[in-house]
Amino acid sequence: MDTLCQSLNPLPTVALSTGSWIVLTGAATNVACALVGCFLVLRRMSMMGDALSHAVLPGLVVAFLFSGSLGIVPLFLGAVGVGLLTTFLTQTLHQYARVPSDASMGVVFTSLFALGVVLVKKFVGGLHFDIACIYEGSLELVPFADPIFGLPRPLFTTLVVVVVNLAVLVLLWKELKVSSFDAGLSTTIGFSATAMHYLLMVLVAVTTVASFEAVGSILVVAMLIVPAATAHLLCDRLALMVTLSALLGVASAVLGYWAAVYWDTNIAGMMTVAAGVLYGLAVLFSPRYGIFSTMIRNLQLSMKVLREDLLAMLYRVEELGSDKFLTADEARQAVGSRWLARWGLAKLYRTGRIERAEGHLRLTEKGRSSARQLVRSHRLWETYLVKHLGLPLDHVHEPAHRVEHFIDEQMRKELQIELEGQGQDPHGREIPE
Amino acid sequence: MTGSIFVLGLTLTNKVMIGTAVLGGMAGVIGCFAVLRGRSLVGDMLAHSALPGVCFAFLLLNSRSLLGLSIGALISGLFAIGAVTIITHWTRTKEDAAIGIVLSTFFGAGIVLLSVIQKPSVGGNKAGLDSYLFGEPGNMLTADLYLLTIVAVIVLLIVAILFKEFKIICFDTDFAKSQGWPTLSLDLAIMTSLAVVTIVGLPIVGVILMAAMIIFPAATARFWTHQLHTMLLLAGGFGIAAGLLGTKFGQGLPTGAAIVLTAAAMFVLSILFAPRQGMIARLTAEVRLRRRMAREHLLRSLFELSESALPQLPQIPLQRLRDYRYWRSLDALLSKATEKGMVTRLGQAVQLTAVGYRHAAELTKAHRLWEMYLMQHANIASDHVDRDADDVEHLLPESLLVELEQQLASAGRLPALIAEVPVSPHQLDSDANPPKH
Repeated sequence: MDTLCQSLNPLPTVALSTGSWIVLTGAATNVACALVGCFLVLRRMSMMGDALSHAVLPGLVVAFLFSGSLGIVPLFLGAVGVGLLTTFLTQTLHQYARVPSDASMGVVFTSLFALGVVLVKKFVGGLHFDIACIYEGSLELVPFADPIFGLPRPLFTTLVVVVVNLAVLVLLWKELKVSSFDAGLSTTIGFSATAMHYLLMVLVAVTTVASFEAVGSILVVAMLIVPAATAHLLCDRLALMVTLSALLGVASAVLGYWAAVYWDTNIAGMMTVAAGVLYGLAVLFSPRYGIFSTMIRNLQLSMKVLREDLLAMLYRVEELGSDKFLTADEARQAVGSRWLARWGLAKLYRTGRIERAEGHLRLTEKGRSSARQLVRSHRLWETYLVKHLGLPLDHVHEPAHRVEHFIDEQMRKELQIELEGQGQDPHGREIPE
Repeated sequence: MTGSIFVLGLTLTNKVMIGTAVLGGMAGVIGCFAVLRGRSLVGDMLAHSALPGVCFAFLLLNSRSLLGLSIGALISGLFAIGAVTIITHWTRTKEDAAIGIVLSTFFGAGIVLLSVIQKPSVGGNKAGLDSYLFGEPGNMLTADLYLLTIVAVIVLLIVAILFKEFKIICFDTDFAKSQGWPTLSLDLAIMTSLAVVTIVGLPIVGVILMAAMIIFPAATARFWTHQLHTMLLLAGGFGIAAGLLGTKFGQGLPTGAAIVLTAAAMFVLSILFAPRQGMIARLTAEVRLRRRMAREHLLRSLFELSESALPQLPQIPLQRLRDYRYWRSLDALLSKATEKGMVTRLGQAVQLTAVGYRHAAELTKAHRLWEMYLMQHANIASDHVDRDADDVEHLLPESLLVELEQQLASAGRLPALIAEVPVSPHQLDSDANPPKH
C-alpha cells in the first residue's frame, strides 16, 4: 500500500490467526478512543469526535498531496493541523461571532468535510480515497496489511496511539481532571483550561486518523462516546470510569467480531452495534443509574412507605380504645390498591409486626414499637411546623405524613430538644415516647 | 412561470438546480428552529440514523423507490429522536452524548445492514443506497422533484400555522409550559419536520452535507436580524441561493460539496460584513468607542489641569499631561483633537479652546456627578470612585445627568458650581501635589 512502511519492515509477521489480528486491532482502537472519550463525554463535547472525524478529511488530502503517500508521519501531521484548526475555528466563531457552540461546530466540520470532498475529486481522483471506506473501514483486511515490527500496520499505528494517549493521561491526569470538571478553577490554579482543551482535541484528531484506515470513522465516533457514556452510568470515579470504558471497548470489539462472523456482516459496524447494545444494557440495568434499578428502588420505597402507613394506622386505631379494630379489608380499602395492600400486609405478617386475631389485625409488641416511633415522628414534626414555622393547624398533617418515613432517631432527639419536651401535638394528641 | 417549470423535458441541470433550491429553502426555514433551540446537530444525527431505515425498507420492498426508502428513513429517524429523548430524560447521560450514541449506533447498524444487502444470497447490490450516504443529485427524477415540492409546501404551511407556538418554545420554553402550551408536542412537531426535510434531502446531498444545509442558512441569517420572521425569510433565501449558486458554479465538482461551500462562503461574508452583528461592524464600533473614550479622557484631563486657573484657560505643558495619566498614543490623540478644534497646540504645551472647554466641562460634570452618586447611594469610598466613573462617564445620557444633578442638589450634596461643574469629591493629582508618576 505504501512504501515508507515496507522499508521499515525487517521482522516477519508474528504468527496469529486472522481473527485474532482483527479483534486485537479493534480492541486497540477502542481502548485508544475510550481513553480520550471519557473526557469528551464529561466536558459535554461528545459531538466533537464526530466533527473531528469528518473535518480531518482535507488535512489527510493535503498531507497525501504533499508527501505523495499515506505514511504515518504526514497523516499525523495533517490530523494535528486540522484538529487545531477545527478547534480554533469553532472557538473563534463561538466567542467572537457569537454563533451558538453546537452550530459553530456543525458549520466548521461540514465545510471542512465539503472542502475535503472537493479536494479529493480535484486532486486525488479516488485513488486511495474511497469515501465509503472512510466510513466503514476495512478491518477485514488488517491481517493482510504490511507488517511493522511483526504487527500489521494498522494495529501498530493504533498501539502507538494507545501509548501516546495513556502517557498524556498519566502525565496530565490532575490537569485533565480539574479542567474537565471545573474549567474556571483549573485556570485560576495555574493550568489553562484552554490549553487542555486544545491538547484533548489534538489527541482526538490523532486517535481518529490512526483508526481510520482500519476501522473507519463510524467506529471511531462510536468508540469515543459510547463506552465512556456506558462507564459513566456505572460508576462515579474518574479513574474507574476510564478503566471501565477501556474494558467496555475491548468487550465491544470481541462481541462485535463474534457477532459479525456469526452473521457474516461488516465487522466495524457490528462492533459499533455491540457498544450500543452494551450502553442500552447499562441504561436499563446499571445498579445505580439504570432505569430498572431506579424503578425498583422507587417501588421498594413506596412499599416501605405503605407498610409504615399501615402500621401507623393500626397504632392510631389502638389509641382510640380497645373496642376498635381494623379488619384486613378495611386496611386494604384505606390503602387504595388491593394488591399492594395484600403485599404490604404479607410482609408485615412475615416480619412479625402484626398478627391476626378473630378477623382483626393487631399489632405485635415489635410492630407496636416501630409504629410508635412513626407516630412520634409524625406528631413531633407537626408540632415543630406549628411552633417554629407558624403553619395553621389544618396544614401540618400532609407534610408530616410525607416526612415521617424519613425522620430517624437522631432527628427525633433533635426535634424533642427543639420543642423543649412538649408532650402533645397541636391537635391535642399525645406524642408517644 | 411556476406552471411551466414542471413540464417534462427540463434538462438535468435545471432539475438539479430547482431541486436543490427547494431543498435549501425549506432546510433553511426549519433549520432556524433547530439552531435557535440549540439542536443544530440533530440534523446530523437524523441524517446518520436514517441509514438502517433505508436498508430495512430496501430489504422489505426490494425496490429503490424514493418514497419507500424515505418512509423507512423517516421511521428510523423518529426512533432516533425517541431514543435521544428517553436517554436524556431517564438517565444521567447528557444530550450531546445521547445524540452521539444514537447517531453512531444507528449508523453502525446501517452499515451492518448494507453489508447484508451486498451479499449475493440477498441478491441486491447497494448501488443506489450509497446515494443515501453521499448524495447523488444526478439521479434526480421529475417525480423526486414533485416529492420535494410537496414536502416543502407542507413544512412551510406547518411553520406558517404554528409560527407563534414555535416562536415561544424557541425563546422561552418554561414560559410556554407555564402558559399551558403543549411544549412536548410542539417540540416533536419541529423535530418531525426537521426529520422529514433531512430525509428528503439525503439522496440529493448526502449525510454530512444535509447536516450543513440545516445549520448554515439559519446561522447566516442570524447575523442579519433579531426578528424571527425576518430570520426565517432570510434563511429560506440563503438556502435557495446556496442551492442555485452551488449547482451553477459547482459543475464538475460533487454537487453537495459545492452547495455547502457556497453556503459557507455566504456565512463567512455575513460574519464579516453584516451590519451591526458582523465582525467588521462590531470591530469598527469598538474602535470608534475606544477613540471617543480616549478623546474624552484627554479633554477631562485638560479640564482638571486647567481647573485651578479658571476662568482663564492656561497652557498645559505636554510633560504635565503625560505625567497626569497613562496615554496610549498622545500625539495622535492631540492632533485629532486639534483637527476637531477642541485644543490648540503651542509647541510643547496645549490649551483648551472655548469649544473644547465647554465639551470638557460637560464631561467632567458627568464624571463627578457619577462619582458623587456612587459615594452617596452605593457607599463607595471617595478614593475608589474615580475608576468606576472613568468607565461610565462616556455612556451617561443627558437625561440621567439631569436626574443625578437634581437628586444630588435636593439632597444638598451638590456643592458650589464652577462653570456648572461640581468640585471633584476626591483629591486630584492636578491639585497642589506634584505628579507622582
